[in-house]
Amino acid sequence: MRGYLARKTVIYGLTFVVAVTLNWLIPRLMPGDPVQRMVARAAVQHPETIAAMTAYYEQTFGLDLPLWQQYLNYWAALFRGDLGTSVWLFPAPVAQVVLDAVPYTLGIMIPAILLSFVVGNSVGAMAARSRWLDNVALPVGYLITAMPYMWLAILLAWGFGVALGWFPVAGGYDFGMVPQWSWAFAGDLLQHWVLPFLSLFLVSLGGWAIGMRNLIIYELESDYANYLSALGAPKRLVRQYAFRNAMLPQITGLALQLGTILGGALVTEIVFAYPGLGKLVLSAIQNQDFFLLQGTLLFVVIGVLLANFVIDIVYVLVDPRTRTGLTGATA
Amino acid sequence: MSQGLGLDKLDQRGAATEATEPPGATPAPSGSRKPGGDVRETLYFALRNPKVVIGSVVVLAFLLLGLLGPLFLKFAPMDYAGPPMAPPSADFPFGTTTFGQDVFAQFVAGLRSTFLVGLLGGGVAAVIGMAIGFVAGYRGGLIDELLNMLTNVVLVIPGFVVLIIINAYLGVRSVPMQALYIGVFSWPWVARAVRAQTLSLRSRDFIDLARLSGVGVGTILRREVAPNMYSYLFMTFVLLFGGSILTAASLDFIGLGPTNAMSLGLMMNQAVQWSALHLGLWWWFIPPGLGITLIVGSLYIMNVGLDEVFNPKLREM
Repeated sequence: MRGYLARKTVIYGLTFVVAVTLNWLIPRLMPGDPVQRMVARAAVQHPETIAAMTAYYEQTFGLDLPLWQQYLNYWAALFRGDLGTSVWLFPAPVAQVVLDAVPYTLGIMIPAILLSFVVGNSVGAMAARSRWLDNVALPVGYLITAMPYMWLAILLAWGFGVALGWFPVAGGYDFGMVPQWSWAFAGDLLQHWVLPFLSLFLVSLGGWAIGMRNLIIYELESDYANYLSALGAPKRLVRQYAFRNAMLPQITGLALQLGTILGGALVTEIVFAYPGLGKLVLSAIQNQDFFLLQGTLLFVVIGVLLANFVIDIVYVLVDPRTRTGLTGATA
Repeated sequence: MSQGLGLDKLDQRGAATEATEPPGATPAPSGSRKPGGDVRETLYFALRNPKVVIGSVVVLAFLLLGLLGPLFLKFAPMDYAGPPMAPPSADFPFGTTTFGQDVFAQFVAGLRSTFLVGLLGGGVAAVIGMAIGFVAGYRGGLIDELLNMLTNVVLVIPGFVVLIIINAYLGVRSVPMQALYIGVFSWPWVARAVRAQTLSLRSRDFIDLARLSGVGVGTILRREVAPNMYSYLFMTFVLLFGGSILTAASLDFIGLGPTNAMSLGLMMNQAVQWSALHLGLWWWFIPPGLGITLIVGSLYIMNVGLDEVFNPKLREM
């Protein structure tokens, strides 16, 4: 088990370094100069004022140093939890802006991921080898999986929000309300949460169902399943064993899917103008606030790595092979 | 990289049974020996499989519409062609936008970008993934170790996030460039699956024989290993094709799409931006999403059918 986790830690550490380096490098390959743009936005004509402002901004963002020093500074600042200063919301620190948005994103992502995983796997297990259910569930599942995240979000917003008027379609809470600890506010929050959650949940559902169905069919063909049935074990029991074995690749699949689901959460939030990280990314792009964009995305990368690590630990708990040193999954 | 889990069905099996023989997709060793009869047999079963037939008919219909449609259109996608916010009519089969642009013209132009992104993005990912998978699986040792590490790192990095950064900073503004970058970040699962399969083929007798005859590694991989996985590789490409389309649609929707071309994701972006939802202009935002769903969904269903064609065990069921 120690070898397994050590291997994982090395990979995640390496991935983290690569991600941070990419995040630092790509903006510096960009054509154009963010400082010039900021100065231009102030719309001053006086050359001395422009020079003073340029110098001030360059110093604030540390752009007047040699490249290697900027790189080291970037790492140092990162470990202090300092992601820089937002240009759009100047002078709010990026870390603060991001932390304010994170609860909204996690609030729709975590329930959607867990619930779709549980429901999808159950439906898939039921559909396997049941001709009637299979004929219905399979095509529907494939079509749902093929839907772009934002399109389902748009359909839900239009159907349940605009046409039927059951749910609000924009924002994390009513614009007339102030965030506070009260029942009225919590209820309003919940109302705004339903559609983004539902949209993310539905798109993820089909994939899990299909994956589980295919895995169960494959497991039922294996030697142990044949042996069990030959011994006269009831079908239910055989399927239970098949299900538990089929769960392992599904857990690995969950780790692999995290990045994609996260991308889905980002575009879903944009459709509903939900005040999470997705909306932050959009605002950052529209306002050319690259420090905010970079900070947000770095935060996302760290989140995905941490979640991957948690899933790996879960994997160790459910797959005894990883504990005894046999190679279970080498994900 | 793709949101479709149909894709992970193959990958997960590969991951679950790495080093042992991957199920289903490993064809019989005799497969490569008589290619002529093989193709005819495959076609025979493919044309009799409803999933393959329906799936490919839908995809081909959209492809033809995208290729030939623009020739018969009166308006360019961005032209202010008719009355604003007009519902579907004989003149404008999909209605018009808030600005009076022809939605059908945009849809047809968007189909072109969609297929281009799928073809190029899927192609780049397939080439990278297969090259790395073949070499890692066949050579083994230190090279395998290094390539595996690379694969795992790219696998864990949320590719969509890196794509956002790249597109936002480097201003990727043409469809082929967008497809190229998508391909560069969606190959890892292919590499892993191909590596696992190569590993299981490596110790077969006919590979040993080829090695004894003294031909190079490249030739062995090309002439002995790959032909045994053609069916699997083709299905992999189909899944990558669909995945690239979905990723591109998401990027376009965020506003990081091409500026010099129309795409289905961009249509949805504009529809939401100009509040088509609140104005009830359903004909503006339903076609692009439905188009993507039908194309990608048909590809997935076609793949299930192909699985049955290539794998007689599934066929009998």
